[in-house]
Amino acid sequence: MKRLLDGGIRFYLVLVLVFLYLPILVMALFAFNKSPLYALPFEFDLVWFRALAENDKLLKAGLNSLLIALANTVIATSFGTMAAVAFGRYAFRGKTLLQALLFPPIAIPWLVIGTAMLVFFFWTARAMGVPGMARGLHAILLGHVALSLPYVIFVVGARLNDYPKVLEEAAATLGATPWQVFRRVSVPILAPGVVAAALFAFAVSFDQFVISYFLAPPGVTTLPVEIYTSIRKGFTPEINAISTIIIAVSMGLMLIVARFYRFGGERSGNE
Amino acid sequence: MSEVAVKGAVKRYGSIAALDGVDLTFADGEFFGLLGPSGSGKTTLLRSIAGFIELDAGEIRIDGTDISRIPVHQRNIGMVFQNYALFPHMSVAENVAFGLDVRNVPASEIRERVGESLDLVRLTGLEARRPKQLSGGQQQRVALARALVTRPKVLLLDEPLSALDKHLRQEMQVELRRIQRQIGITTIFVTHDQEEALTLSDRVAIFNKGQVVQAGAPRTVYQWPVNRFAAGFLGEANFLEGKVVGVLGHEARVAIPDGSEIVVTHQGIANGANVLVALRPEKISIEPGGSQAPRLNRVIGRVQAAIFSGSSLTYRVSVGDRLFVVFEQNKNRAPLVEQSAVTLEWETADNVVVQP
Repeated sequence: MKRLLDGGIRFYLVLVLVFLYLPILVMALFAFNKSPLYALPFEFDLVWFRALAENDKLLKAGLNSLLIALANTVIATSFGTMAAVAFGRYAFRGKTLLQALLFPPIAIPWLVIGTAMLVFFFWTARAMGVPGMARGLHAILLGHVALSLPYVIFVVGARLNDYPKVLEEAAATLGATPWQVFRRVSVPILAPGVVAAALFAFAVSFDQFVISYFLAPPGVTTLPVEIYTSIRKGFTPEINAISTIIIAVSMGLMLIVARFYRFGGERSGNE
Repeated sequence: MSEVAVKGAVKRYGSIAALDGVDLTFADGEFFGLLGPSGSGKTTLLRSIAGFIELDAGEIRIDGTDISRIPVHQRNIGMVFQNYALFPHMSVAENVAFGLDVRNVPASEIRERVGESLDLVRLTGLEARRPKQLSGGQQQRVALARALVTRPKVLLLDEPLSALDKHLRQEMQVELRRIQRQIGITTIFVTHDQEEALTLSDRVAIFNKGQVVQAGAPRTVYQWPVNRFAAGFLGEANFLEGKVVGVLGHEARVAIPDGSEIVVTHQGIANGANVLVALRPEKISIEPGGSQAPRLNRVIGRVQAAIFSGSSLTYRVSVGDRLFVVFEQNKNRAPLVEQSAVTLEWETADNVVVQP
């Protein structure tokens, strides 16, 4: 009976993995297929990667996405970490309320948030006398930071909760100055959480379509927006090529983080 | 080493006084246990000495110097926490070296002193391990080595043994005492385990509601509790309320509600006064049969419950409308059966008059 159950569970796991990865695999395979019409039989060719190298629009959009995602990662991770430390280590007025207010942005549909931001930015820009400022990369970045902050705060906060304040207290009794405590104890302990949070912030921004779409002025696009537009116009396996690159890069990033996580003191058991 | 003196320590959280005028002196080289229920102020006092809590009033002196306004990292104290608080990202050696490292002690000296310290706690050979790879007892030793390597003036222990199982806890008690004696450091120890406090301490202080109820050598505090709280908190006690019915030289006769009389040594109480007497359960001898003639310090009762716990037995005996608790060593006698009549007897010296 147990064996049957084990077999069932294993089969189920395989099914889940197939369901998750098969479409991605097929998508990646067609990036290397010569036919522009996704026709079989499979014929290996790098033609779509070469075409991609000459597709300025897609590359420009990719660069925009990368820039915004990186800027968002730095800003959201720094502010989010500080907020998480404030929530986790200090008592102040309105803390509970502020903490509760972190949840709704995650639950509210992006479409609603995007509309709200667009309206708000238009109103603000007009009030400031610079209506052109309502949309643009800066507006997209602002939107992304607002979106990813709660994620960062949760991820870093979870790490912070795992490691009680007492470690910092112990360091202080041993003669460490507040700066030494921060550098030698808090930072190394928080690092894996901060790295994971940064990854989240990057992913939230890089994947973001709705808000980018709403806040992008004509002529400026990000990668997801550009891919969407291309698909509507009729597309070629160039889309597959760029998607494959994105997947390869993000998986590589994940692997690096996974290693880093282990080195950050997460190693458990007696090796 | 060092003497720690606390004078008039007050700490309030809103309307609650965590410390309500505490005066205590911890003598040089003394092992001092702070006892009390949770919220009684013992931990607050320990954390005030460490520097995590700033007093609202009063002062804390180490060797005469007021340290109340000195930040934690400049106080030169060693502290062991309840769950050890070892740094998970450092090896055993790095954990122990931390206090020296942040003081910029030269590397060669660090190596030497870390070695000495691990020797002291008998953990040599585990330098490269991570805290997670150690047992609870070993983690405890690392925490102790780390706290002592900086040669602090005072060692503060915050329920250091509470996370260990019983067997290991007893072993560590012996270790703790050996190490403390060996280096002669003034040690202040918070625990809610009264037996542990009695075993380890040179002196103990019992806390309640932010105040020191009683301080002294464990034996003294146990034998002569000052009030009902001290008697009931440290060990178990039977409380007998009675009225003084006669004073004879140094002794006073007290009538207790069931009609019998007990004798207390004279405490300067007047005839007719109401007194409260504490009587330890292990001081009472219990014999089968309820036909003995009435006598002072003797009552007749009926066994309500006999609880066997290996080395000893606990009897609950009803005398009139009150219940006596009696401990008896497990000798070769068959346990007294429930509902049987028994005679309880004890000595005059066992009757301790306490404040209500």
